[in-house]
Amino acid sequence: MPIQKADKLAKREAREFYLFVLPWIIGLILFDFGPIVASFVIGLTDWSLLETPKFVGLQNYVEMFNDPLFFTALGNSAYYGFFSVGLGLVVSFSLALLLNQKVLGMSLFRTIFYLPSVVSGIAVALLWSNIFHPDFGLLNTMLGWIGIKGPGWLSSPVWSKPSLILMSLWAAGGSMVIYLAGLQSVPTHLYEAAEIDGAGPWQKFKTVTVPMMSPVIFYNLIVGIIASLQNFVLVLIMTQGISSQPGGPANSTMMYGLYLYLNAFTFLKMGYASALAWVLLIIIINITAMQFRLARTWVFYEGEAKN
Amino acid sequence: MAELSNSVPVTRKNMSFGIQRLRTIKIIVVYGLLLGLSILFIMPFMWMVSTSLKLSQDVFSYPPSFLPIVDGQLSLNWDNYPKGWTVLPFNTYLRNSLIVTLSNVIGNLISCSVVAFGFARLRARGSNVLFLMLLATLMIPREVTIVPRFLLFQKMGLINTLWPLILPAWFGFPFFIFLLRQFFMSIPRDLDEAARMDGANTLQIFLRIILPLSGPALASVAIFAFIGNWSNYLDPLIYIRSQSLYTLALGLNLFRGVNLTAFNYLMAVSIITLIPVLVIFFLSQKLFVQGVQLTGMGGR
Repeated sequence: MPIQKADKLAKREAREFYLFVLPWIIGLILFDFGPIVASFVIGLTDWSLLETPKFVGLQNYVEMFNDPLFFTALGNSAYYGFFSVGLGLVVSFSLALLLNQKVLGMSLFRTIFYLPSVVSGIAVALLWSNIFHPDFGLLNTMLGWIGIKGPGWLSSPVWSKPSLILMSLWAAGGSMVIYLAGLQSVPTHLYEAAEIDGAGPWQKFKTVTVPMMSPVIFYNLIVGIIASLQNFVLVLIMTQGISSQPGGPANSTMMYGLYLYLNAFTFLKMGYASALAWVLLIIIINITAMQFRLARTWVFYEGEAKN
Repeated sequence: MAELSNSVPVTRKNMSFGIQRLRTIKIIVVYGLLLGLSILFIMPFMWMVSTSLKLSQDVFSYPPSFLPIVDGQLSLNWDNYPKGWTVLPFNTYLRNSLIVTLSNVIGNLISCSVVAFGFARLRARGSNVLFLMLLATLMIPREVTIVPRFLLFQKMGLINTLWPLILPAWFGFPFFIFLLRQFFMSIPRDLDEAARMDGANTLQIFLRIILPLSGPALASVAIFAFIGNWSNYLDPLIYIRSQSLYTLALGLNLFRGVNLTAFNYLMAVSIITLIPVLVIFFLSQKLFVQGVQLTGMGGR
């Protein structure tokens, strides 16, 4: 009975599939979906870990709307996300375009631009705190060479966010590598066709390069925005000691993730932190959905053109 | 075009001369930009090395000098490195970092390759939905889960142990599963089928056919796992209390806390902690770039 045999084989394959992905399914329940559900439940309570949680309904969400620091954090994250992702796109794309000019020593330059994005974490945070030092830092030393007296960078409420953005640009090489790969895979016949139509360099860029690269750009925008919302560990390290709590001066670097972290592990407001986490989840889902909808107007997928 | 050049040869010659000159200008501009930008990108590293070699009193000399120069002479204080390293028990921190990082590398290699094989090669009802869920978890910010995760490990009595930093790696990591699955999919299925004809079972196909052919992808995972965990600061910060369990990241921050002005020692120790990352990067740059390009993701 061949049908029965095939059926049996398919069943065995299914069993094997679930056996192979089992570790991840356990992890998914234990470390992702379980916590997301738990987060929602904890978000409905008032809980400092020390006593038993008290059910308060939607009180935490109401509190959020009356919490000016919540809006400050939201605004700071939006500011940082918008400029670090936007400028990051410009810088990394420009670097990729430069490297795509078939220059000699391309791999050396690529290494130089890429390296900063590989090193990360506290060593880099400490390095940049040092660079931004108002009196003895590299940045103001260099500005001094050309006669400019630099600002206080991290210790100035106006310049603290631009400082963090500047630092994030140093790591633009990470997405540069992706753009470079994309540029190198744009078929040359498209450029040749554009040339025959009389296109100059700018027009070739606008009508060939950008449309062909738009899926890569789109992908990097999504990943970049999500990453920028999460990126508070560096802020946590770099703003210690500047004012009484991280996120200073004057809460100018209080990022959303940082505020969540402080509520959970410094103020021990587990309920409020979990409610913040859920709001973040909803924001990210919405941003991603919105980007997908916007993408239809500007992202070009090669396969579609054939229809 | 041909007609034009035949009738006005002089103009054409001028034109090509002009193009030639334009090209030269373009090359000069491109190299000028590349060189200038390279210097800008390298500058922070140079500053790091320079600071690490300065004497304590010169770190805060005004105006600051770029190079470690004292009285017009280069003074390279290499002993800042051993001195900084022994201010705090950095050997202990190094040991803890190695335990955590290597466990993560091994755990991720095993768990992610097994799961990725399932997704790449085995069909089952619901497998597509599960794969979409895998992609969705890539988007979940870790802030959403840090509180319940902490509570989970607290329930298990694992706070202030290295386990919360090690255990999750053994349950797969979506980004690595995705990377390996993409790679496994590119291995021809004919190989599986030939092996199956010879009587190999699924596990044998995974171990003897797929894994041996996946060296570069596995190496990429090992590299990303190493670098990601080596520089991880948040998880140790949340879970570790005793200094005997501190990782290098926590140790560095402690160092800064106890000695706010010792930038030279701090930079020296920072450089030491970056060395493994730099060595791995330069040894495996090609793999690195391939790994990034295979998945279109620039690390984490």
